[in-house]
Amino acid sequence: MTEPAISRSIEAVWRIESTRLIAGLARFTGGDLDQAEDLAQDALLAAMEHWPETGVPANPGAWLISTAKNRAIDRHRRGRNLDDKYQQIGRETETRTDSVEAEVEARESDVVGDDVLSLIFTTCHPLLSREARVALTLRLLGGLTTEEIDRAFLAPKATIAQRITRAKRTLAEAKVPFEVPSEEDLERRLASVLEVIYLIFNEGYSAASGDDWMRPEMCEEAMRLGRTLATLLPDEPEVHGLVALMEIQASRMQTRVNSRGEPVLLLDQDRGRWDHLLINRGLAALERSESLGVPYGPYTLQAAIAACHARAVTASDTDWKRIVALYDALAEAQPSPVVELNRAVAVSMAYGPEEGLKLVDRLLGVTELSGYHFLPGVRGDLLQKLGRYDEAKLEFERAADLAGNRVEREVMLARAGECST
Amino acid sequence: MKVMVLVKANEASEAGEMPSEEMLTQMGAYNEELVNAGIMLAGDGLHPSVKGARVNFHADGGTTVTDGPFAETKELLAGYWVWQVKDMDEAIEWARRMPNPEAEGAESSVEIRPVFTEEDFGDALTPDLKAQEDELRRRVEEQQQ
Repeated sequence: MTEPAISRSIEAVWRIESTRLIAGLARFTGGDLDQAEDLAQDALLAAMEHWPETGVPANPGAWLISTAKNRAIDRHRRGRNLDDKYQQIGRETETRTDSVEAEVEARESDVVGDDVLSLIFTTCHPLLSREARVALTLRLLGGLTTEEIDRAFLAPKATIAQRITRAKRTLAEAKVPFEVPSEEDLERRLASVLEVIYLIFNEGYSAASGDDWMRPEMCEEAMRLGRTLATLLPDEPEVHGLVALMEIQASRMQTRVNSRGEPVLLLDQDRGRWDHLLINRGLAALERSESLGVPYGPYTLQAAIAACHARAVTASDTDWKRIVALYDALAEAQPSPVVELNRAVAVSMAYGPEEGLKLVDRLLGVTELSGYHFLPGVRGDLLQKLGRYDEAKLEFERAADLAGNRVEREVMLARAGECST
Repeated sequence: MKVMVLVKANEASEAGEMPSEEMLTQMGAYNEELVNAGIMLAGDGLHPSVKGARVNFHADGGTTVTDGPFAETKELLAGYWVWQVKDMDEAIEWARRMPNPEAEGAESSVEIRPVFTEEDFGDALTPDLKAQEDELRRRVEEQQQ
């Protein structure tokens, strides 16, 4: 292989192996993520040094983990690095079997699965801020470089790097055990994991800031994590619910924006171009979640709503009454003004704009929605449908002021323009 | 990005021979790895070409049908996967890990092809085509009901 070709294939190996590698090493370092990542990076450097000559080994994952562990032993033996941490690892390692590789091979795949699961639960620990959880998860479970993460978040490289370093320190100081949470803690901890995955997805699906409306790589990353989690926790309905929600939403990725880069509303999208492979995967995941029993959690309910749209052949076939019923259940499972606002839209579709507007008007004083551009956006839409153009225009203008990105702002201004004629 | 991984046919697959139990086990483990990694979207094996047919189009607007089997074994397909990967390099690395049927004396290769996305079409999908597609879709759905 030529030099650039080999470095590209090393990068691909890293993407495939880094999660398992770091997870395995984190078990080995007693949950110290910093050391685990350090050792993994060392192994990567070693690969970049050796593989151009030897070629990529037959089992690159085993090569990387045994190299990482051997490096830990080396550092200990040479005493070059007198940090206690490496001494400790080295000592532990020396008392183990000689052939690390044999040990790796002998590891049951469910142990590897446990390591990966422990890693997910650790990087998504509720002790950390949302931003820290997202950055750390992307970094250790996504196989993304810091550059890629900061491009994704449009944050300066130093900020993300600092966020990650601080997160790892917080976990180490709190002595967070590297493990899958016990039964009684699982629900709370899992909620935190699902939240992180969905945040990553949404960061791609509806970029909160910047000029791009979507960053599909982030969505793909989140879907990949969700699907992996579903294989590791097959009996958790909400994991399947989240996967279903992401698959169905992602099926519309190509139709959400027109060729000029402007957003196209769900009901105006060309349904023939929705990704039916993803829709079918989403519906199957939804079925798995629903088969695990009631009451349905918030992700499953949102997926069920998304599925109503996915199943409707044309926009006018949409079963809005069922969507209203699902929003009722969602408002109970996860009460929030945003859910109420969406419910109001569904009500307006099922029972007319007048009914919808009544519900929207009840939300006008709610502080959580005061900076949310969808509220005036929705209100403007309903007023326009009712022929109250002057009021609608004001609402669209207010929505434009509140919109977080350029494209959304332009759409709202265009709607305001429609009302003046 | 989505890629389609095309598994080429060989004499054994065309003869309808089932892979050995060992190969099936390895293939099962490989598929499980793809699922665990969250990259596998779909995949199927295909019957040998003896069960297939070809529809050939002619300049005069007519068609003829040729029944299988087809001769050019190496150009035929025996199966496919659809994967969601970051780039071609990742797809290549995954493909390299596929259990190797050559070990059992069966010649084998896979071909990886990126799937077209909307951007690749540009403006080629005109509003007329869209309307046509919508209509077609509606009719297909009606038939299913």
